[in-house]
Amino acid sequence: MNKIFEVPLYPYARHADQDAPAPVRRKVVVIGAGPIGLAAAIDLAQQGTEVVILDDNDKVSFGSRAICFAKRPLEILDRLGCGQPMVDKGVQWNVGKVFFDDRQVYEFNLLPEEGHKRPAFINLQQYYFEEYLVNRVRELQEQGAPIEIRGRNKVSAIGTHPHHVTLEVDTPEGPYNLEAEWLIACDGAGSPTRQMLGLDFVGRVFEDNFLIADVIMEADFPTERWFWFDPPFNKGQSALLHKQPDGVWRIDLQLGWDIDKEREKRPENVIPRLQAMLGEDVKFELEWVSIYTFQCRRMEQFRHGRVLFAGDAAHQVSPFGARGANSGLQDTDNLCWKLQLVMDGKAPESLLDSYDIERIHGADENILNSSRSTDFITPKSEMSRVLRDAVLDLSEQYEFARPLVNSGRLSVPCTYDGSPLNSADALDGPERTRPGSSCPDAPLGDGFLLDKLGDKFVLLTIDADAPDVIEEEGIEVTRLALSIKDDKTLALQERYLGKLESGVYLIRPDQHVAARRPSYDDNQFRHAIRRAIGKE
Amino acid sequence: MIEEDLILTANLEQADDFYADLLAAHENLSKDESDALNARLVLVLANHIGKRAILKQALAAAALKTGEDSA
Repeated sequence: MNKIFEVPLYPYARHADQDAPAPVRRKVVVIGAGPIGLAAAIDLAQQGTEVVILDDNDKVSFGSRAICFAKRPLEILDRLGCGQPMVDKGVQWNVGKVFFDDRQVYEFNLLPEEGHKRPAFINLQQYYFEEYLVNRVRELQEQGAPIEIRGRNKVSAIGTHPHHVTLEVDTPEGPYNLEAEWLIACDGAGSPTRQMLGLDFVGRVFEDNFLIADVIMEADFPTERWFWFDPPFNKGQSALLHKQPDGVWRIDLQLGWDIDKEREKRPENVIPRLQAMLGEDVKFELEWVSIYTFQCRRMEQFRHGRVLFAGDAAHQVSPFGARGANSGLQDTDNLCWKLQLVMDGKAPESLLDSYDIERIHGADENILNSSRSTDFITPKSEMSRVLRDAVLDLSEQYEFARPLVNSGRLSVPCTYDGSPLNSADALDGPERTRPGSSCPDAPLGDGFLLDKLGDKFVLLTIDADAPDVIEEEGIEVTRLALSIKDDKTLALQERYLGKLESGVYLIRPDQHVAARRPSYDDNQFRHAIRRAIGKE
Repeated sequence: MIEEDLILTANLEQADDFYADLLAAHENLSKDESDALNARLVLVLANHIGKRAILKQALAAAALKTGEDSA
């Protein structure tokens, strides 16, 4: 049995800050060493910023929890220097089967688009995900980066001030006071930070409970995603079977809202359900069982002065579509470069308001998509059930109905349409690379485009002239000069030029497009840079 | 744009025959079976039409809303 989640990964150790005569002020404090808090801290530490992660626990997540990581978050992890171990360990799958009642209605193959370094998504237990992030923290520490994790450091009080935040922290050896110039709260759906600051968490569009089980099976099930609508073993609800690394299978059984959680969790109630689902002959061992409750909602604002919320602390969605951890990683991807520029004095503090605008746009998109999935999976009225069943019945015979089957629309990166950081689109190019879009990857000989973009502002030129470096308002923008000849697969041309001969893109440190034009125009691109850092 | 407009003038070939076919399809079905058949029929026809603008007009027309705008 896998006991990785029982070993302390960042055990409590007394820190000099606890013995300081006056509270020590740190540059950035992150609350929560989950996937989002660790990613935020790594992002900042890579820029050389001092960052302290406080976590009330000292271990990785208990049980698999978030298990599906999409392409964009994997690309973000590449930028954070830890994408490879995730992909090496993770399970990739392309085939899915959809069941309705007691029969299979259809099977699909995702056939992901070619020409990307990373797969459409991988299945990986959250405890591995966190372990690899902690490994990356350790690696950065060895290189001298100012990053640390303080285990069993529980924040018990927060004071907000115009230029700093004060924290009271409980430890096994008693409390101490700490200060931070900036605080990033990544402390999950129940966010104590949010509660201590008395902030709203509105929405509650939908509420449900899921029985989540990690099961070790002797049976040789294929590496596929199986989704059941209204199966005999879970009438009126849904079920999901997904393969994880180490021969562990993840089973999600929807239970509805009005249930007795303690009763449902007991092995004598869980095992017969799973036996009915997997088949009477299948031998399995329960590794972990939990009841997961969710609501669809978000904070009205993610930024509150010097306190910034990210991940589930800021927004919660249903699990359909894997939009929780995946969107949280896009939060920190969006936030960290902005915070870095503000701390370096290169951008006004108001740049952080664009974090609110862009990621609230993302959260609303995720809530909309996961609410629609939920409406399909759990029809709310008699007629919506009739229509849902009609879709499923038709899907068995006719291809046209299959796109209507909604068992979760997988997390794809949000395009920041209408963001104040975007410049007006001046290129009659492909939709998918309009300003606000996250850059799609493309093969370049023996490497890939996104690895070359990195984490700084880049001027991407494709068969166009431009200066090698532009400096504007203290921001150095380096040119990445490419030609469509660099990519024999033509993906670069198809994704960035369409029918045009040339293009110039201003790309932000989070690899989103800020501006694009057919050729370099010094004045226009300087405007675009100022705009992208909140100075216009 | 003519193709973006829902046809609300008589357009059925052999209207009486179609209506008889529709009734025949429901013959001997329970209320639940008929509801299911209607739902499948709506989806089949909607897919054939395909255009969202026309489908929005159709939804408004079926709701017996007056006026051009389906809002």
